[in-house]
Amino acid sequence: MVNTVATNPEGQAAPGQDPNRRDFIYIATVAAAVGGAASVAWPLIDQMNPSGDTLALASIEFDLTKVQLGQQVVVKWRGKPVFVRYRTPKEIAEAQNVDVSSLRDPQSDAERHKPGKPQWLIVVGICTHLGCVPNFGQGEYGGWLCPCHGSVYDTAGRIRKGPAPLNLLLPDYAFLSDTKVKIG
Amino acid sequence: MSGQSTYEPKTAFERWLDTRLPIVRFGAELLDFPTPKNLNYWWTFGGILAVCLMVQIITGVVLAMHYDPNAANAFDSVEKIMRDVNYGWMIRYIHATGASMFFLAVYIHMFRGLYYGSYKAPREVLWILGLVIYLLMMATAFMGYVLPWGQMSYWGATVITNIIGSVPIIGPSITTLLWGGYSVDNPTLNRFFSLHYLLPFMIAGVVGLHIWALHVPGNNNPTGVNVKSKQDTVPFHPYYTVKDGFAVVLFFILFALFVFYAPDALGHPDNYTVANPLVTPQHIVPEWYFLPFYAILRAIPNKLGGVIAMFGAIAVLFTLPWIDTSKVRSMRYRPTARLFFFLFALDCLILGLCGANPPDAHVWPGVQGFQLLDSNINSYTWLARVATTAYFGYLILVMPILGLIEKPLPTPESISSPVLSEKKG
Repeated sequence: MVNTVATNPEGQAAPGQDPNRRDFIYIATVAAAVGGAASVAWPLIDQMNPSGDTLALASIEFDLTKVQLGQQVVVKWRGKPVFVRYRTPKEIAEAQNVDVSSLRDPQSDAERHKPGKPQWLIVVGICTHLGCVPNFGQGEYGGWLCPCHGSVYDTAGRIRKGPAPLNLLLPDYAFLSDTKVKIG
Repeated sequence: MSGQSTYEPKTAFERWLDTRLPIVRFGAELLDFPTPKNLNYWWTFGGILAVCLMVQIITGVVLAMHYDPNAANAFDSVEKIMRDVNYGWMIRYIHATGASMFFLAVYIHMFRGLYYGSYKAPREVLWILGLVIYLLMMATAFMGYVLPWGQMSYWGATVITNIIGSVPIIGPSITTLLWGGYSVDNPTLNRFFSLHYLLPFMIAGVVGLHIWALHVPGNNNPTGVNVKSKQDTVPFHPYYTVKDGFAVVLFFILFALFVFYAPDALGHPDNYTVANPLVTPQHIVPEWYFLPFYAILRAIPNKLGGVIAMFGAIAVLFTLPWIDTSKVRSMRYRPTARLFFFLFALDCLILGLCGANPPDAHVWPGVQGFQLLDSNINSYTWLARVATTAYFGYLILVMPILGLIEKPLPTPESISSPVLSEKKG
């Protein structure tokens, strides 16, 4: 069979015939080009993703004694603000006395803080609409008001009014002791 | 090209070169290009735009010699350009104002194309290439605005990249990919600088295609009727090189007025405050040339819906050659369409006004209005919704329907005939 294939002057296999060497070279070249381009494309795209040093800065520790009752401290974490808010009993009560089913992004107050630590609310200070930083203590629910497009958050950081679709995000964090948290 | 080359190599060197690299022939054909003899001053904006692109590239290359694309130094390096670099203030003001001048010219150029039907067959590809240039211009201008690393730079970049995050499923990953981190930061600034330097040369490439696509069918003209004979045209040089040149001089006077007397009039004072990731300015607005699209984005109460409407506002322009059903190109002979055209232009200005104002502010001060659904009827939110409806209504409904039902005025037989009949009368 090899002889007949190799002497085919057309360079194309007729129907039912074995593909000849030119076909093989043609297909192999195209396959190598496509495969090569695809395998080079991924590194060229992935280089834009967060690099190792950026990922290494992913967690911080914070001393809670810096925050006064009724106040918040803004911590920079992964380049964005995190609100650490020491809530007053009144603010906690307001956050708890809400019909959860009436909320746009239904979450109870207990889901917004760590068990047994209702006074500490730790949220990412980025409006879930288009990424602005909401202002502390403003808006009709006593939580935050976003200056960009008027989203209003309550004292549990839940969206109550305005264009934002979701509650303020909760970062991954853990209490190392009563006065120290690790964010990230 | 028209293929009627009259170029004759005159010297021995030109003859030698012509058989190896016919570059002189190419230039001679460009200059000799037969152009309709009735082009008015609205047609000079193509040449003005070419000059704008050159001004931006030249000043940009110079600025890159002094600018430091590092988040810690970027703002200071721009201040150094403004205070210490010899003539740095002037070169930067030309570059910053130049962006606005570029968009002013491109908007006039686009509305001229709309009015005279320059997008209709056989110029569809020419129109689409123009829109590609426009999209590249918007990307370039957006990334350039981020480079000074002021508050508006930073928060503008944050809002726009978050817009992409509203795309379902893949959106957040794309946003992280664009940022190179968890927020707009040094990696973002570095890549925006790299791309801001690259894109103008891509624009130049597409401009080459745009001119190529122009030279196949030739220029449209204010009557919209095809060129019938050599009587209808004049050579591009010297007739239009001089006319375009004169228009460029007038344009440069306006340009210089801004550069030397009101360099910051089109910018925002917040951008002279260094970027602060922890504080958002009270009122974020884009540059004036993006305001109509910003208004469309905010008019839709749903995040993803707003993004779709904003991109749709440009995407629909790509289909214009096919959704406009009228065979008559120039609106000189379409009185009804002309009325709608001017209403559309007014609508775009109203959208710009909506984008410049806070959504909840009152349009007519002192009028209380009433609440309709989520906003007061006398707010920019509702004005923007009406104007957005009008924008899409004109393009999607008026364009196709009017072309079928209107009765246009008779068009002249040729470009020359209306001029000749005026002389007789």
